[in-house]
Amino acid sequence: MRDPVGAERTRLAVAGARSVSVAELGSQPRGERVRGRIFWALLLLAVGIALLGLALLLIDAMIDGAGRFGVGLFTDPVSGTAEAGGFQTAIIGTLWVIGGVILFSVPLGIGAALYLEEYADRDRWWNRLIELNIQNLAAVPSIVYGILGLAFFVRGPLSLGTVALAASLTLTLLILPTIIIAARESIRAVPPSIREGALALGATRWETTRNQVLPAAIPGILTGIILAVSRAFGESAPLLLIGATTFVTKNTSNPIEDQYTTLPVQIFNYFGRAQPEWLELAAAGIVVMLILVLAMNSIAIWLRNRYEQSW
Amino acid sequence: MTDESKQTEHERGDTPAIAVRPEFHRDSWTGTREKVFQLQDISVHYGDVPAVKDISMDVLHNNITALIGPSGCGKSTLIRCLNRMNDLIPSARVDGQLLYHGEDLYGPKVDPVQVRKMIGMVFQKPNPFPKSIYDNIAFGPRILKIEGDMDEIVERALRRAALWDEVKDRLHSNAYGMSGGQQQRLCIARCIAVEPDVILMDEPCSALDPISTGKIEDLMLELKQDYSIVIVTHNMQQAARVSDMTAFLIVELTADEQNRWGEIIEYDETEKIFTNPSDPRTEDYVTGKVG
Repeated sequence: MRDPVGAERTRLAVAGARSVSVAELGSQPRGERVRGRIFWALLLLAVGIALLGLALLLIDAMIDGAGRFGVGLFTDPVSGTAEAGGFQTAIIGTLWVIGGVILFSVPLGIGAALYLEEYADRDRWWNRLIELNIQNLAAVPSIVYGILGLAFFVRGPLSLGTVALAASLTLTLLILPTIIIAARESIRAVPPSIREGALALGATRWETTRNQVLPAAIPGILTGIILAVSRAFGESAPLLLIGATTFVTKNTSNPIEDQYTTLPVQIFNYFGRAQPEWLELAAAGIVVMLILVLAMNSIAIWLRNRYEQSW
Repeated sequence: MTDESKQTEHERGDTPAIAVRPEFHRDSWTGTREKVFQLQDISVHYGDVPAVKDISMDVLHNNITALIGPSGCGKSTLIRCLNRMNDLIPSARVDGQLLYHGEDLYGPKVDPVQVRKMIGMVFQKPNPFPKSIYDNIAFGPRILKIEGDMDEIVERALRRAALWDEVKDRLHSNAYGMSGGQQQRLCIARCIAVEPDVILMDEPCSALDPISTGKIEDLMLELKQDYSIVIVTHNMQQAARVSDMTAFLIVELTADEQNRWGEIIEYDETEKIFTNPSDPRTEDYVTGKVG
């Protein structure tokens, strides 16, 4: 090929490229490196502040409540005197309420998410409206759900009275949008090729969903449930409104008849008092609550690990 | 297969894809070869956009039928019609007549789920389920309640897919631990396990290396004895190697180049398509001048 101009051009370009690359093998320009370091430090600071906040809370509660630690905290019923009081009735009440919440919200949340992701036709306007509404409902303040529960569950159509079942239903409504959103994300993350593969074998839509999509989405769904139920665990404002009584001395044994109290409600009551013994008891209660949440989440994380698949 | 007396009757117009359409029903020589699929003027639209138009051809029993053509000519759309996978796309509309062993596949009483039990599909990218190898194969028979010892069914399917020796010691390990070629053979085994009549393959080897491709091609030639296979492929050498009949599709454009759809140009025995095609466009494509 005779093309002296082109050949010369090529030679220059190659020589130029080679020299540039050798220079770049050296270290980065100083400004970029410093910027990178600053950014890394800022991110570390963010993590540090978050953890520090949590640690301070925990340590503060443990110090304040140190005098009351003991088995009695878990086994003594709530009582009118600060010295004799434990948290047993509150713990039992919380377990009843949260048990009910899990029982109602998990099937409803997963079912709604499956319908919206697998069966609903996105083009229909009412499905888009439902989607918008669920996003909004997740942001509604919890006290509003308390008012709703008071009007419909405690009084009104259901007239359950001030019982644990009413609390379960109210809190279920509160956390349902969160579960639906998290479950939908998880279901959406299952690759469409899995569904196609199952359908191509002659499975029905439900068989595909039940045997392939849902098991693959379980880890993400469980994460969403952990977050949502933990939130319900700590709610006190709506429960105060719908009649979680304080100083319930007998353990709740019947969720539709007995009075009940929950840990957050009880602790909230203690903190409102002046005497230091109550404050000490309240701090101890915080630690009790954290232990319970940790136990509950550990079970859920164990469940999630069992279902974890590697992609 | 001989072709001395088999002259396709077709007249060519000056402009493509209008006026007299070539007929691809090889009645004159199919003789006792049973027709598995009979397509008559099949057109598929996604909403208002056409994907393929006026496809007419017959797919024969125990044959490997290849669909070749440039990208975007609707080969995948066409093959997905054969097992009603296009039903999953809400905007898809299939017109024309598609007979499967003489029965209208799109008839009012036909259940697409039942169709897919008899007409299986292997996809371009291997898509094993995130489960063990055993559960991958067993899923189909369990769902369809096929009788028999599950261990035997799994072993038989894996043997027929030439995968048994490689995985027999780790049947309960995760299917994702296998190589791409093995995963694709797993998908084929999974398809065979439900005992279909037809196997559709949508570019099964395009994501695989040449050695795996060779293994799967050998597998196809074996499977042809018990099943009818329709394969979409970009690889012309593959079509020439394995198929008995080949259909060549191209993309047609409207004058304003707004709409494009696929049409069959020629459908004939593979040997003829690759050595002595009737249409110059076919010749250009298979010799590599275009596409």
